[in-house]
Amino acid sequence: MSTTHLYSPDVAEAPASSGPHVGRPETAVLDHLDLLESHAIFIMREVAAESERPVLLFSGGKDSAVLLHLALKAFRPAGLPFPILHVDTGHNFAEVLDYRDRTVEAIGERLLVARVQDSIDQGRVADPGPYAMRNRLQTTTLLDAIAEHGFDACFGGARRDEDKARAKERVLSFRDAFGQWDPKRQRPELWQLYQAGVRPGEHFRAFPLSDWTELDVWRYIEREGIELPSIYFAHRRPVVERDGMLLAISEWVQAGPQERVEETMVRFRTVGDATCTGAVRSTATTLGQIVDEVAVSRVSERGATRADDKFSETSMEDRKREGYF
Amino acid sequence: MVDLLRFAAVGSVDDGKSTLIGRLLFDTRLLFDDQLEAVAEASRRRGVGTVDLSFVTDGLRAEREQGITIDVAYRYAATPTRKFVIADCPGHVQYTRNMATGASTADLALVVVDATVGLREQTRRHTCIASLLGVDQLLVCANKMDLTGWDPDAYARVADEMAVLAHRLGVASCTVVPVSALHGDNVVDRSDAAPWYEGPTVLEALEAAPAGRWAAAHGQHRGTGARLPVQWVLRHPGGGRSYAGMVNGGPLHRGDEVVVLPDGRRTTVSTIERFDGPLDVAPVGLSVSVRLADDLDVSRGDLIAAADEPPLVTSEFEATVCWFGERALRGGDRLRLKHTTRVTACRIGTVESVLDVNGLLLQPAVELADNEIGVVRLLTASPLALDSYRRDRITGSFVLVDEATNATVAAGMVGPPELVERSRSS
Ligand SMILES: Nc1nc2c(ncn2[C@@H]2O[C@H](COP(=O)(O)OP(=O)(O)O)[C@@H](O)[C@H]2O)c(=O)[nH]1
Repeated sequence: MSTTHLYSPDVAEAPASSGPHVGRPETAVLDHLDLLESHAIFIMREVAAESERPVLLFSGGKDSAVLLHLALKAFRPAGLPFPILHVDTGHNFAEVLDYRDRTVEAIGERLLVARVQDSIDQGRVADPGPYAMRNRLQTTTLLDAIAEHGFDACFGGARRDEDKARAKERVLSFRDAFGQWDPKRQRPELWQLYQAGVRPGEHFRAFPLSDWTELDVWRYIEREGIELPSIYFAHRRPVVERDGMLLAISEWVQAGPQERVEETMVRFRTVGDATCTGAVRSTATTLGQIVDEVAVSRVSERGATRADDKFSETSMEDRKREGYF
Repeated sequence: MVDLLRFAAVGSVDDGKSTLIGRLLFDTRLLFDDQLEAVAEASRRRGVGTVDLSFVTDGLRAEREQGITIDVAYRYAATPTRKFVIADCPGHVQYTRNMATGASTADLALVVVDATVGLREQTRRHTCIASLLGVDQLLVCANKMDLTGWDPDAYARVADEMAVLAHRLGVASCTVVPVSALHGDNVVDRSDAAPWYEGPTVLEALEAAPAGRWAAAHGQHRGTGARLPVQWVLRHPGGGRSYAGMVNGGPLHRGDEVVVLPDGRRTTVSTIERFDGPLDVAPVGLSVSVRLADDLDVSRGDLIAAADEPPLVTSEFEATVCWFGERALRGGDRLRLKHTTRVTACRIGTVESVLDVNGLLLQPAVELADNEIGVVRLLTASPLALDSYRRDRITGSFVLVDEATNATVAAGMVGPPELVERSRSS
């Protein structure tokens, strides 16, 4: 019994128990996706109730798509008790912006956009030049938006399986008046007693998907039929291989003199700043095929696709301490 | 169907917890190649000869610098039938709060013991806290068996000491596996080194353990009637209200007669909805919204409970408290209390006793120091609908919060600790 314990997608799902009806209807058995969903909804309702001005961070990526889907499940038929905020790096895939606008319009909720370009133009951050990655700059833009609107709780789609620092973060992650995370002073978080008390200027990041893995997210998207930006599915596109990653050729990414542009079938495992989000070679054009690929993948989501995390063993922890997502 | 088992990995520092979890993930091939590469690189940089699997779970810079684990690290593993949520808990006494965080939602405790040493004070402390928090399945790894030359007596010593402890704690099940986390014996792959051992490997035991959802009724948690703490009032555009929350205690059925607490008005459940449609019955652990037959004034913090098995409504009660505050807890202290979805002011009446985790006895006391566990009497500003923690981990638990800093300073469980009653009477 060594290599057989991968979570393989071809295992048939048993139907929910339907035992004999003895007077009262039989209780359905909840599978792991039901439990993850139910817990995430519980967290969203708790945080919405305990905070004064919550906001949902939405990048147009698959995790935030799931987050938005869960928010609708938590609060429909009423409107969402919070606006949706996109921190826009300006380095976007057109498909993602299109998806963002269509999605928010379809549900009739309020979208706020905080632009990294504005932070650069206002001199809030140094201009790193048009081709540099802007992931780190997002921190200033996000913290400024939080201060401007007085947000005291931000829902994010981060998962603990993404990174060593995230693995240690609470579901409700406290940020001081400077937006910083102090890993040595996290609040105990017992049972489901999420405690969102903050003083003025402080806030929380709330991560309802904490216990979800990449595979859980994909299986849930498949089960629920959640729409995603088209770049998540295999498509033909010109890419260049750089630092072991496939980067899409775009306005900001051009092949250098030693580099060779290749047109090939790829899909994205995450979406973010187009200058540092890598694609993976894939022929998966349906959710079922993606689930199959993810189930046997040997490379983590970040390892495959995020250049910003490759620099040091602790880069995520460092960015989190500063106030990153 | 894939179910979900949450377990907390506990034990004294250096007994090999991190290595064991790393081994579990490595041998089930749940580590990605780039993660392994990072671990190998970190091992090389720190001059560790081979790949040190404990680096898999030690995530924070301070931890790597000091070579210890400060906070709970969550890890995920899966087999074709089960998803595991692993809370890798810190070993040091001053991080007991983080250990309690990891154990409060666990179905099972994986206790790592260095077989060359036996049970240490911290092993007993962690096992005791896990049991107090309602974890009633222990899976014990008698680790570093390679250093004992796979001596069956070393294994038997751990097994015997653990059996005595489990009995005194009233833990329902305790399995002890001889392992070498370093070399991978009996973790995922069965070892030839211990032909005298016929029990399961660690992974086999994890796959076989009942995956009672931690909050559901199982083992010593005998369950109550249905409870629905109201989280949120949903106002429907067409008029009317429904009450959103997660079901616990027991399944909630359409048509059930319920009581809304703390006020005590009775009504019936007219519909149960789960966003995409109505349900006849909502199982424990499901987030739903319900409508009630009568137009009552129900708000967040109220508890909808089965009318035939209601909890006790009171504003004065006895509880077992794990104290995490920097200064000691004393009678007269004022704090904020959160129980289910209700927040109220509270005052400590008296501190009655402190738990001696080695003797498992309550000693008379007037205060609780940081990381101490004891029994206190509390008075709350508004009444609470309480079950004893032994019956329900949701309606029997609460946290205490410092009014000035908003820090969570205590974990509370309604009622006295069961283990102490046992040792008193035995
Ligand atoms: N010989 C031997 N050493 C082990 C074994 N398991 C862990 N160790 C070593 O014991 C030390 C502490 O292990 P670690 O996993 O960091 O302990 P933790 O503090 O409980 O997380 C490390 O040097 C490990 O390599 C084992 O099964 N056999």
